[in-house]
Parts: sequence; structure tokens; C-alpha cells
Amino acid sequence: MSARNRELMALVPVALLLTAGFAAVFAQENAKLDNASLIYGAYFFAVCLATHFYLRIRLPKADPYLFPMVALLMAFGLVMVYRIDASLARDQANWIVLGLVLFSLTIHFLRDYDVLERYRYTIAGVGLLLLLAPRLPGVGQQVNGAYLGVKLGPLAFQPAEFSKICLVVFLASYLREHREVLIVGARRVLGVTLPPLKHFGPMLVVWGASMFMLVFIRDLGSSLMFFAAFLSLLYVATGRFSFVVIGMAMFLVGAWFFASTVPHVHDRVEIWLDPYAHPQTTGYQILQSIFAQADGGLFGKGFGQGLITIPGTNSALLPAAQTDTIYSLIVNELGLFGACAVVAIYLLFSARGFKIALLADDGFSKLLATGLTAVFAIQAFVIIGGVTRVIPLTGVTLPFISYGGSSIVANFVLLALLLLVSDRARREAEAL
Amino acid sequence: MNRQIIKLFAFIVALFAVLVGFTSYWSVFDAKALKEKNANKRPLLEQQQIKRGRILTADGTVIARSVPKGQGEALRYVRRYPEGSLFGHPIGYSFVQEGDSEFEQFHNDELVGNESEFSSILDELRGRAQEGNDIVTNLDSEAQRVATADLEEAGFGAVVAIEPKTGRVKVMASNASFDPNRVPYELEKLNTNETETPLLNRAAQGRYPPGSTFKVVTAAAGLDSGTITPETAINAPGSLDVQGIPLQNDFNEDFGPITLDTALTNSVNTWFAQLGEKVGEDTLFEYMDKFGFDSKPAIDLPSDQVLPSGILEGNTLLGPNDPIDIARVAIGQERLLATPLQMAQVAAAVANGGKLMKPQIWSRVVDPDGRVTKRLDPSEYSQPISKETAEELTTAMEGVVNEGTGTNAAISGVTVAGKTGTAETPYNESCGGGTEENQAWFMGFAPAEDPKIAIAASVECTEQFGNDVAAPIFRDVAETILNGE
Repeated sequence: MSARNRELMALVPVALLLTAGFAAVFAQENAKLDNASLIYGAYFFAVCLATHFYLRIRLPKADPYLFPMVALLMAFGLVMVYRIDASLARDQANWIVLGLVLFSLTIHFLRDYDVLERYRYTIAGVGLLLLLAPRLPGVGQQVNGAYLGVKLGPLAFQPAEFSKICLVVFLASYLREHREVLIVGARRVLGVTLPPLKHFGPMLVVWGASMFMLVFIRDLGSSLMFFAAFLSLLYVATGRFSFVVIGMAMFLVGAWFFASTVPHVHDRVEIWLDPYAHPQTTGYQILQSIFAQADGGLFGKGFGQGLITIPGTNSALLPAAQTDTIYSLIVNELGLFGACAVVAIYLLFSARGFKIALLADDGFSKLLATGLTAVFAIQAFVIIGGVTRVIPLTGVTLPFISYGGSSIVANFVLLALLLLVSDRARREAEAL
Repeated sequence: MNRQIIKLFAFIVALFAVLVGFTSYWSVFDAKALKEKNANKRPLLEQQQIKRGRILTADGTVIARSVPKGQGEALRYVRRYPEGSLFGHPIGYSFVQEGDSEFEQFHNDELVGNESEFSSILDELRGRAQEGNDIVTNLDSEAQRVATADLEEAGFGAVVAIEPKTGRVKVMASNASFDPNRVPYELEKLNTNETETPLLNRAAQGRYPPGSTFKVVTAAAGLDSGTITPETAINAPGSLDVQGIPLQNDFNEDFGPITLDTALTNSVNTWFAQLGEKVGEDTLFEYMDKFGFDSKPAIDLPSDQVLPSGILEGNTLLGPNDPIDIARVAIGQERLLATPLQMAQVAAAVANGGKLMKPQIWSRVVDPDGRVTKRLDPSEYSQPISKETAEELTTAMEGVVNEGTGTNAAISGVTVAGKTGTAETPYNESCGGGTEENQAWFMGFAPAEDPKIAIAASVECTEQFGNDVAAPIFRDVAETILNGE
């Protein structure tokens, strides 16, 4: 069966799952079955089909599983968000359509994605500018003590989501060119292999950007995500584990320093270490996240059965259920099994992403696919790890599931790039 | 680069394994501990969404029921107590913010319909929302009403009525009581009311000097251990020197050599003090323990809301090897304290041919479909005395009501057996520190030849005697129950 036919076959069960999910939520809310779930299912399937036919024409050889997996995550997200607030789900659906438009445009204009290499410093500049934007007067917005948002007229978005793609493109391109010198020029000092300083300059810029994010944007989650993506790429490009160790040490020293000096970052770490110190205020979100999970058990309470607000009031029992803590709600309603399914989808997505990197022929494609996959997987880790208290909880979205336009649109661009690399890699592999 | 990519993937797999590990820990392995955390209001909020079962009296009066408030996601149930303060004790209350107490707390699992995880999954698959079970109690609403009204007239105190053959608790009234409906609005006020202590269930938590009612226990120990027979005569002078302090009869009356019947009928202190010394610490404690003293009552109330009776130094129960004045213990003085529930158990054991049944408030559990899923199976707590001893004691206790100190307990056409008690509690701060205050008691059972009900009534801080204030309560409550049979 051809790649696209496999994709088509995989989309059918996803659409059915979405229909069933909506049916379950309707049944819970109105105690009756509603045709609306079929209509939503049909809409969703139609949008997926349109995308599928576009891919059939444009990228016939691209990986057949990535898009169905994304559709599955979106289906999960739509049902959960709908169950929290129907109007948010409508927004989310609009964002998905917009995301798919950008997805198609990316594929249309970047069919020859090598062009990205030529503009790598411009892209890096745009990425930095995007990071800076939330602190710029007039456009910046502060959310919960962190500067995450940008508001341009009616358009509000979270630039870090787009910035991560710029960073990966820049790093992939830069490392493709300099990996040889980074390896050959390395010197051993005191038994530790150090990279050559001259070529390492731009790398330090990335470290600086991560620290900058900690201090000025106060965004521990994005900072962690960026730096992890950077180390992943550095490791894959050079094969030097010692670079990773040095980088990690630098990050930890920096993070420790800023965690003890920047109040917001410091608080986040304190809450993580002892959430019970202030269970009603600062520790409320992480504690409620864990309590919601404790309530889920093995099988969960069922779609639409979990408590999000305190009944009879508008106060949140699970704060930010549609964004940060959506994973906790999934554990609460679908149980450990449902949560494992979600984690498994992210893992399978990563597996397909890395497979593309393995298959790709040239260094840039390999590094690009690796970087995009890594940043995607680590984003999922940062937020799931945050709500399960593996690491401090920070405001990062769960890709394709959480409510949020920037996240959906940016991740569709990420997916488009991955499929572009995949299409070329598989065409070249077949040509041999 | 491929080798590194594979290693990177392996690292990502490891990271995700950590996520699965943590999720499993919170959702399954540590879930029970998390649900019990104070900061976790989720279990309570969810319980509020369950229709908690009703609590009913034996005659079908609704004591507690849950009414829906709000709709859809905001639907929750709130507890209502149609009888107000009448069953404040022993039923208690159950609210999300304020928590729960007494019977509501003890029977929580049945009332909310908690089942094993497996059967609740089956219910979920069948699309059934969790629903609570009703509990029918043994409480008699008319008798509870009579007891409460009498107590409100007499003063603070408590009445406990038990069916001797089964241990069914028909009345448990405590004055001052509280209206559970008011708990969400004034729990703080109820908690800090030091003069009335309305949240204290005096029947099971109020410990008072039992006075002469305890002479029944002393007599039981004496007869059953063979120390005396009903024919044994002991000389009972007007006053007796016990440990350097004179122990006197009322009005210093000298009775001369008398047997048990006369001694109990007239509640002769010097007679029972000597009997106590003859019986000895070890034997008296042995019988006290078999009657239920020195341990928490085996009743269906939370263990932190019932108190053991016994000889107390502060909150510590003393034993036979501690220095105690056994002669004064024998007449219900010294540091001896007993709850009204404990004294009702003594009466019930004597009434039931020496067999003490476990006192139980609940009678049966009825599921939402109306099926009885559990039924009280009366069980024996102990057999403190033989049937013969019980019969001999009954005869003596009949004398108390017929011609002795407890004549106000008499019911026309029914033989009543009982014992009064009037413990002097002068300078007691909780009574206002006066010199004339007593703890007035009556305990007994009726009809003596085939006892249907055993009752203890106790009134705090009264200037009256047991026969004046407690015996009439016994009579009214016993009459109500016997007429209702």
C-alpha cells in the first residue's frame, strides 16, 4: 500500500474516535445522544481529508503516520477542550484550520527547504526578536509573573512557540557547517574535551538566550525546552557527550544562579520542592493537578465526569485545565491507561521523527528533523513533567492537545517541515 | 550521526518512561494517601455529588436526607435534617466544608454507597451513578421526643434506652443538643459554647460520678463471685470509718444487720462499702470490665466520640493495683465516672439474664432499589453475671421502685426494676460552683419479669435527687416505649 493510502486508512479510526469522544461528552452532559457528535466527526474528517489530499499531491512520499498521529492528538484535545468549555473548542477548531493553512503555505513555499540555510542568521535574529518581544513596551504582556505573550492589535500570541522553530533551523544549519571543526578542533584540557572557542561563539549565544529567557521572560519551561533542543542537536552533530555534559553544567549553574536571584523563577522551584507549604495559594495548581490524577486511578472517571470547578461556584478546582494541566484532566477522566496512550502517541511521533532523520541524506535535513522532533518531544516532556511534579511546573502547552492558537499554528509549521524533510528523504531513498 | 540519533531517541524514551512512572505513582500507588490529604477537597466535593442515603427511625420518620441543589455540572446534594435538634445526637451532621460527626461519620461508607473499585467500575459500565444507601435505625422517634422534652425541663443531661435482648438503642438523647441544619452557619459558635457544649453527646461522652446506681455493679460482683448470697446479712451502722474519713448513710441512719434486698431498697452506703471491701479490687474490676467499664463501648459511633467509663485520674483509667478507696468506689464515689450509655448497659445486662449485648443504633441498610442489603445481627458483648445472679438482682431492684428510693419510676400495671443515684457534685465549676448541686441518676428496666427496655437517665447540676428528677424521665420514656410495642 502506498504511503498516502496508509495515511488515509489511519485517519478513519481517528475520526471515529473523535465522534465517539464527543458522543461520550454529550451523553454525560445531556444524558442523551446527539447528532451533533456525528456532525463534528464529519467536519473533522473532512478537514483531515482535505489535508490528506493536499499531501497526496504535494508530498506523496512523506511519512504516512505523522499526520494521523497529530490528528489523533487534536481529536483528544478538541474533545477535552470542548468538555471544559464549548466556546473554547470552537476557537480551537478555528486555530486548527488556520494552522492547516500555514501548514499548506509552508509546504508550498518551502518545497526546497535548503533555502532556509541561506537565511539562517536572519532566522536566528527573528527568533531572538520574537523572544524579546514580550518585554517590548506596547506589545508585551505579562501572564502569571512570566512574560510570555505578545499583543499586536487584536492578535495575541506566544512568540516562544515560533521562536523554537527558528532556533532549530538556525542550529541545524550552523552545526551542519561547523560540526567538523567542532569535532576536530576540540582540545582536551584537564581530561575534559572542550570545543574550540572560536566556533563555539554562536553556541554561547544560544546558552545566553536561554539564560536571557530565564531572567527577562522568566519562562523556565521554554528556557529548559530550548536548551534541551540545543544540547540534543549539539550531541547529534558532534557525537561528543562531553559537550552535552559541559552544556548541562553551564545551564544548571546559570539556572541555579538565576533561580536564587530572580524571584519568579525562585518561587517556581520552591513550589516544586514543597507544594504543601502554601496549599491554597502558590502550591494550589500543582497540588490540585496531582489530586486530580490521584482521583483518576487506573481507568479514570470517564469523559466529562471529572471536576474542574468547585460545584456551584466559578472557582477553579483544577486551574488552567484547558492549557497547563490538561494532562492532569486526562489522567482524571481517562485514568492511567488513557494517559499512557497520550504519552505513547508522543513517543511514536518522536520515533517517526527520528526515523526521518535517520533516512535523510544530507546533514542539514538530518539535523533539522532531529531538532524539530527533539523540541516537540521535549515540549511534551516539560509540561507533562511539570504537572506530574517531575520538574517545576511552567506554562508550556501540551502540543496539539492544549487550548492555544500559537501552539497549534507553530506546531503545524513544525509538522510541515518534518514532512518536507521526510518526502525528500524517501524520494531519494527510492531513487537509489 | 545516526548512532547519536538512536541514542537521543533512547534518551527520549527514558524521559517518557519517567513520565509514565510518575503518573502511575500519583494516580495509582500514592492515590490513597493523596485522597486523605487535608488540602485535597476533591473527595468531599465528589461525595457531595452523590445522593447520600437517608437516615430513618425505626418507625419511618426521616432524620436526614439529601436534597439536590443546582443543575448539570453544578449539581450537588446538601444534607437536611427535618427533625432539627431532636436527633442532633446521636446522628450528628455531614457537610462538605464542616465535615461529619457521630452516626453520619461512622456509617459514611454505607450512606454514600462506597463499594470496591471493581464493582464501581461495573456500575460505571452500566451507566449507573453512585448512589447512597438508606439506613434504618432502631431509634424510636416518639420516645426520643419524650426523653428530649423531659431533659429540657430537668436540665443538661442524657437518656439512653436499650432493648436488653438485642442491644438495639431506642433512645439516645442529650441535652443541650444542636440543630444539624445550622452547622454550616454556626459551627464555630457551637464549638465554642462552653456553657451548653451542644456538640458534646453527653450519652456517650459525658462522664459523671454514677453515685448509688453503681451499687448494682457492686452487688452483682458480690453475688456472682459467691462473696454473698441474698440471705447474707451485713451489719450496716450509721457511719463507718474508711481510710480515716467517716462514710455515712443518709441522716446517719443505723440499719443493723440487713440483707441485699433491704440494703439496695434503701441504698445503704455503709452496707455496700463493706461489701466492696469483701469483694476486693481484683474481683470488682473483673466485673466492671465485663459490664463494659474500662473500654470504649462497642456502639456504632466513631471511636473518638465515645469515652470509656471507669476510675479516672485525669484522663487515665486506673486499674486494681492503683491506690484506690475500694469502699467508696463500691458506692459510686471516689474517682469513679460513668457515661449514661455505660449505666444503661449495666441495666440491660441485668435485664437480659446477665447477658450484655452490643449496643447498636443501626438496624438495616436499604439500597436505592429498596432491597435490604444488611441487617443487624444482635451479638453478645459479654456475660458478666449468671442468670441466677441477674434474677436475684432484679428482685432487689424491684424493691427500690416498689418501696425504696426510686418510687417515682413506678408505672401502673408494670413491674419496674431500677436504682436511683444522687452523686453530690459541690463546687463543680461546670455547674456554676454551687454547694447544693448533684448528679441525679436513674437506671432500670421494665417489665421486670420480661424486660423490653433498659434505660439510664442522668441530669447534671441539679439540686434535686435521682428519684425526683431522673426517675420520672425513666418512667415517661419507658411508658412511651412499652405503649408503642
